[in-house]
Amino acid sequence: MAQRSTFPPGLELEARKTAPMRQPLRAAPVPPLLVVALDQGSGDAAEPLLAAGARVRIGTPVGRAEGETAVAVHSPVAGVVRGVEIRPVHGPAGEGVCVVIENDGSDEVEAGYAPIDWPMLPPQELLARIRSAGIAGLGGAAFPAHAKLAAARERAATHLVLNGAECEPWICCDDALMRERAADVVLGAQVLLHACGAAKCTIAVEDDKPEAIAAVEVALAAAADPRIGLTTLRAVYPAGAERQLLAAVAGVEVPHDALPPAVGVMCQNVGTAAAAAHLVRTGQPITGRIVTVTGSGVREPANVDARLGTPIADLVAACGGYVSEPLRLIAGGSMTGRALATDAVPLTQAVNCVVVATAADLVARGREMPCIRCGDCASVCPPGLLPQSLLRAINAGDEAEVARHGLADCIECGCCDYVCPSRIPLTARFRAARAARKVQLDERRRAAAARERYLRHEQRLAAMAEAERQAFEAARNRARGEPEG
Amino acid sequence: MAMSFETSPAPHVIAGFTVPRVMFQVLLALLPVAVVQVAAFGPGLLLQMLVAGPVALACEALALRARGRDAAPFLRDGSVLVTAALLAVAVPPLLPWWLMALGTAIAVLLGKHVFGGLGSNPFNPAMVGYAALLVSFPLEMTRWPVPFAPEGDWDAYTGATALDALRTGLGQRLTMEEIFAGPAFGSLGGRGAQWINLAALAGGLYLLARGLVRWHIPVAVLAGIALPAFVMHAIDPGAYAPAAFQLSSGATMLGAFFIATDPVSAATSDRGRLVYGAGIGAIAWAIRTWGGYPDGIAFGVLLMNAAAPLIDRYTVPRIHGH
Repeated sequence: MAQRSTFPPGLELEARKTAPMRQPLRAAPVPPLLVVALDQGSGDAAEPLLAAGARVRIGTPVGRAEGETAVAVHSPVAGVVRGVEIRPVHGPAGEGVCVVIENDGSDEVEAGYAPIDWPMLPPQELLARIRSAGIAGLGGAAFPAHAKLAAARERAATHLVLNGAECEPWICCDDALMRERAADVVLGAQVLLHACGAAKCTIAVEDDKPEAIAAVEVALAAAADPRIGLTTLRAVYPAGAERQLLAAVAGVEVPHDALPPAVGVMCQNVGTAAAAAHLVRTGQPITGRIVTVTGSGVREPANVDARLGTPIADLVAACGGYVSEPLRLIAGGSMTGRALATDAVPLTQAVNCVVVATAADLVARGREMPCIRCGDCASVCPPGLLPQSLLRAINAGDEAEVARHGLADCIECGCCDYVCPSRIPLTARFRAARAARKVQLDERRRAAAARERYLRHEQRLAAMAEAERQAFEAARNRARGEPEG
Repeated sequence: MAMSFETSPAPHVIAGFTVPRVMFQVLLALLPVAVVQVAAFGPGLLLQMLVAGPVALACEALALRARGRDAAPFLRDGSVLVTAALLAVAVPPLLPWWLMALGTAIAVLLGKHVFGGLGSNPFNPAMVGYAALLVSFPLEMTRWPVPFAPEGDWDAYTGATALDALRTGLGQRLTMEEIFAGPAFGSLGGRGAQWINLAALAGGLYLLARGLVRWHIPVAVLAGIALPAFVMHAIDPGAYAPAAFQLSSGATMLGAFFIATDPVSAATSDRGRLVYGAGIGAIAWAIRTWGGYPDGIAFGVLLMNAAAPLIDRYTVPRIHGH
């Protein structure tokens, strides 16, 4: 297979990150009421452990991870559980089960957490600690960190890439983290290396973050760990997309039907590494994250270190509140972020940025025109699809063509939408087609299962009828035989 | 009290490119060709444009109405004006007005709207109109004025173009030197056509620089013409015109940068577009060299339009990770 060390052009986008970076990273005030989502963003919720009235402290488990992609959830605050309720959340469903906790202001920490002597810990135990700490990937996808690390260990991956590219406009929480807590990132890299067994680690940062690069360099010099290095990338969106980043940094192309450990690499966000550092330093589970609060609709854009469960309304209030006419509330950046219907949505591990967008921050789409097949979309597509042909195949309902044009390989980065002169919402169409495809596959699977069940049922009935018949025959034979016998 | 917001799918910003912007840039890039053509062959082109423009808009409006579509956004997008302008610069400037009108109507109605309008036409509409006129009215369509005629009655000065004179001359077993000494020839290509080609090259480079046209098709078309011309001229300079002549005669540059690059009817991927462009160039050269028409750009484009879906089938780029 041919290897491509860098990905096709992508887009050079206006970064729009300067306003929050003018403010130092600071802690957001802890609100009186926290809404802790049991799904921290991976799409798989934890099982609630507590009911209304329970007393909690910082680090008290409130949700147990049952599914493979769920993370354990802990109370980010000391206080009393007011209820376990369905509330608006950030995920695609729009709402989910949350544990609502009233803050008593004491910030008492649950007993029993102590710093971890991690270099002495066998990797499996360290993985178990990361798992029980409930750390999800903090880059936006919120996939459980331990699951990725365990997969890397299982496949004997050798190269860990820490993603500090942060390529999407508006988002700068990783930039703030690297500038102010670079030592945490480097310590986290060491912890993650120990956990996953990789031999080396590369911290990848886009070249438009010179302060972050300098800070990481200082931290690396202090740590003097020859296994960990720094690579700068040209600031092109989406340099931080996992497969594109691995191609650029590690020079490997991850097969479409496999995960990165299959080719000896793995990717974690720099924030995830810092969370691992926090874990070994305190022993405490993850209860907060850095989030960028920005956009023309917020008075003082800033990066804040906030408790998970803080409603976005409180995050905005912590940054001076709303100004002018906020139109859209975006969780994430301008290219892939999800527009939220309400600011009651709480902070989860998946939310790296909140953009309070006014008309000045958005571009009206205008009327959609027919595709003129100009190919601008294909020239910017990072995985190298032909979006115009893919859309045609989707519109024609031609499943084989849809598959051939790689619907499954679309990374939903939005580049094609961005350049389309006909204003076709390609990404939304692809997302919808994928969702429809998933429903269809689920239905087929269910239908197959139902058919199987039905056949088994028929067989069982036939077997029962047969058994009954034989019993009847035997009884009759016995009855007939009795007078003679 | 929680605040509510509108929701909308990502991405939330777009570059704001529009189809009209693209089309008007193409018209702008066509300006040097128009200026040079008027300078070389007189103001006939302006009359052709005055006929083609309104007829094209009227046909577009009529067709959209008949198809039950809202005409306004499509009339504004400028694509139909590009079709009209390309056809107008391609035909001889002294073509009877009703032929221009007929050709334009064929281009818009039969070339574009019978297939579903903007974005759906398998053939380049301007070339559909051009080819229909050429096969139906070969005499009118090949009668070009003598370039840079001093003044007076343009009709009296019509004569063979350089490509035409080359074919006739070779038929009469004249030598290349004798043929090139003829009145239709300039220092490189046709006496008028070489300047038009230069102007089209300038306009084309502008389109390339603005990113409105990608390099694959023009380069492939030019290579498709120049390569066989170069090889055959090297083998038999007495029977085959040099590559420089081929590149600067007829509709070469116009075809390479403005006509073959119509994305709707071209191949899709970069690799496919190389094949597509090379095919146009090679067919045009073959028709010029051995065919029954002096130029072959229009037929080259139409034939490769027909081949584009097939090319697309075999040139899907490799997807990352496959």
